[in-house]
Amino acid sequence: MDATSQDTSDAPRGGAGERTLLSVEGVTKSFPGVRALDGMRLDLRHGEALALVGENGAGKSTLMKLLTGIHTPDTGSFFLDGEPLHVTGPRHAREQGIGIIHQEFNLMPDLTVAQNIFIGREPRKAGFMLDHRALNSRAQELIDRLALPLDPRRTVASLTVAQQQMVEIAKALSHDPRVLIMDEPTAALNDAEVRTLHQLIRRFLRPETGVVYISHRMEELTSLCDRVTVIRDGRYVETLRTDQVSTQEVIARMVGRELDAKAGPQNVRQDRETLLSVSGLSTKALLDDVTFELREGEILGFAGLMGAGRTEVARALVGADPVTSGTVTLRGRRLRITNPAHAARHGIGYLSEDRKQLGLLVEDGVDTNMALSSLKERFTSFGFVRDRAIRSRAEELVAALRIRTPSVGQTVKNLSGGNQQKVVIAKWLVKECDVLIFDEPTRGIDVGAKEEIYRLLNELAQQGKSLIVISSELPEVLRMAHRVLVMAEGRVTGELAAHEATQEQVMHYATLRPGAPTAPAAAHDSTRPRIPEAGK
Amino acid sequence: MTAETAPAPQQDRPAAGDQGAGSGGTLKGRLQQFLAFGSLVVICVFFAIADPIFLSYGNITSILFATVVIGTLALGATFVIITGGIDLSVGTGMALCAVVSGVLITNMGLPIVVGVLGTLVFGALIGFVNGLNIAVLGLPPFIATLAMMLVAGGLALVISGSAPIYFDSTAYTDISTGSIIPGADFPNAVLIMAAVAVVAGVALSRTVLGRYTYAIGSNEEATALSGVNVRKWKIVIYTLAGLFIGLAGVLISARLGSAQPATGMGYELQAIAAVVIGGTSLSGGKGSIVGTVIGALIISVLNNGLQVLAVPQEWQNVILGTVIVVAVYADRARKRAAA
Repeated sequence: MDATSQDTSDAPRGGAGERTLLSVEGVTKSFPGVRALDGMRLDLRHGEALALVGENGAGKSTLMKLLTGIHTPDTGSFFLDGEPLHVTGPRHAREQGIGIIHQEFNLMPDLTVAQNIFIGREPRKAGFMLDHRALNSRAQELIDRLALPLDPRRTVASLTVAQQQMVEIAKALSHDPRVLIMDEPTAALNDAEVRTLHQLIRRFLRPETGVVYISHRMEELTSLCDRVTVIRDGRYVETLRTDQVSTQEVIARMVGRELDAKAGPQNVRQDRETLLSVSGLSTKALLDDVTFELREGEILGFAGLMGAGRTEVARALVGADPVTSGTVTLRGRRLRITNPAHAARHGIGYLSEDRKQLGLLVEDGVDTNMALSSLKERFTSFGFVRDRAIRSRAEELVAALRIRTPSVGQTVKNLSGGNQQKVVIAKWLVKECDVLIFDEPTRGIDVGAKEEIYRLLNELAQQGKSLIVISSELPEVLRMAHRVLVMAEGRVTGELAAHEATQEQVMHYATLRPGAPTAPAAAHDSTRPRIPEAGK
Repeated sequence: MTAETAPAPQQDRPAAGDQGAGSGGTLKGRLQQFLAFGSLVVICVFFAIADPIFLSYGNITSILFATVVIGTLALGATFVIITGGIDLSVGTGMALCAVVSGVLITNMGLPIVVGVLGTLVFGALIGFVNGLNIAVLGLPPFIATLAMMLVAGGLALVISGSAPIYFDSTAYTDISTGSIIPGADFPNAVLIMAAVAVVAGVALSRTVLGRYTYAIGSNEEATALSGVNVRKWKIVIYTLAGLFIGLAGVLISARLGSAQPATGMGYELQAIAAVVIGGTSLSGGKGSIVGTVIGALIISVLNNGLQVLAVPQEWQNVILGTVIVVAVYADRARKRAAA
């Protein structure tokens, strides 16, 4: 840990040794009815960041659970630096030098940064009194060493998602791990935050340490990792050098087939009518005079950094958050929307970024979820629920959207992320909404399923639905949308036709300071493009 | 996307019975009720062997009669608890409703029908105020109904001058103690509760109200974002629970022949116990009316059986508390095994 501040270089390449730091050999693990891992292999070299990719259900999380000792393998073994490794539990894993950062944070929101980092091993005075001063100063030391923009005394709840991620990382690194395993660390981060994270990882990498980096965002892998190990259906597929293979090739190995790269939008005829117009939308907290129009059959992308106010626009529009001013006009009629029920009645549906918390009843069935938004108007007679009508409509939608589920009664939590997202989409199709607002429609969804969601959204637009797509993944916005609005600090700072827009242009507008004059889209000075163009 | 097609006949699942959307009419849901029902049977068999008097017609009707008040309160509480809420005001609320019934019928001399309807409306009003405090002011259900528990308990004493109000007409007491079945000597109150339980069961499992009750308890925010007016439905649900409070007030005062203003406290916890023993989850989203009825029966069978065996009164609560722990633990263990 002591060497982190005087790190050698920013480059991951060259430093990687050939010796193996962590190796997984022939590991098999079965659960009742499924073989989650089947002869899994993996080798992590000293000083390297190894990318691990695979579709959801490929066995990544099972592997992590074995490495933390939550489960034990049926056969096969782990070696750390050539020594056999037997992990008996998460605490034991830490003691052995294995640190894991899970995709879902394990933080206590009401405790401070320092309290979270040192939870379970708080410095004490006289054996039982908490030593707050030592706690905060040790946390500050750690934060300084990692060069993180954190205040140890702030409560975690008051931090942004990106900062919370940093707390998780600080917590993991405070244990001085040799191997750090990160599960989708960037799922909730924007591009600038991803760069910060990558710098942090590079500082952590030294000849005696290594990182296993699990991600769905293919563009990131090449910039951080030298090698990528692909797994599929619980089996090892191949390990490739990232400089010798294209993103498409990696994806093809993950899903076991070639994907159609081009699912971009067809042009919307400019004579299409304006369906929805929003003017001067403002909220107390953030939004300032947000104005835009949405045409029939159009996909309007919203880009911007985290906290720019994209989600807030959606929430204000559907009445989930109170607005201070602004008008919403649908088909020439002015609407007064004060809660999501109003919005839904007018045919405006909001598909939240947080599917599990805000989009689904995860403990309930596919059919129950699909019927929820239109139970009263479509599936009742005289107040009684018509279960058979719900079931048959659900079956139609399962077929139409190609939702993979054993039955329409299946509990939603047992479906994969992509299929869960389709259930949410189906819910709004049942409602026959004309305007659908997608907030991060592919977050946490694996690459193969992402393509299907893109195609589905495209089909919806073709059928004349108007979509708003909010996404932190720029390539996704540029590829999906007909038109892109860029936001910064609660305002719309730019509008681009998507087929002409480049990532640099978007980044230029996204980093504009509010109030500053809107410069033309030239933007040579803006952030360097780190991500290769989408679909190449 | 077309609106709807004819239901596919070959896909029929068996009728969902009394299970709502939350427990989905699934095997699991049924197993839970089977377990609760099984424990009820086991307890009954135990008492029957210990003392055959337990199974006499007179004793069984007295068990059922004793279930009425707790059972009625528990029916309303089931809705509230499935939404993830709690209602602490049902006990003293019931006492207040009994007093209101006494005031309307004895003091004001109104016809019994009017008095009873007035009491039911008053009960609904108690629930409506709870609903407003929770859904509009945003108070946590525990706090809002704790406050109502104190207010209702106080008002019951204020209005009655802390003295019981007696009912002179047997027509009123017949609501509970009379027997509409000729010659059977079977108390009407039991029939009323049974009828109300059926209505509540249908409402919970087959109506929009029931579906939204489960949906709110399952994930309130997702339900709101799906376009369901959650505030409105919460008010409706608490108002419905209030209606049950009013009914319990009528039933208990008709049974005693008087409104006892100081007696309500403690009933709320018994009602919650019945709901919980019946397998309804305090965290919301799961539960059933059948379970609650069984839960209420378990409580009164225990009370009765222990009396029959001459177990001292003090010990009865000790045993009831133990049963709650065992019942809820068994339920959790079963869910963990299923997960």
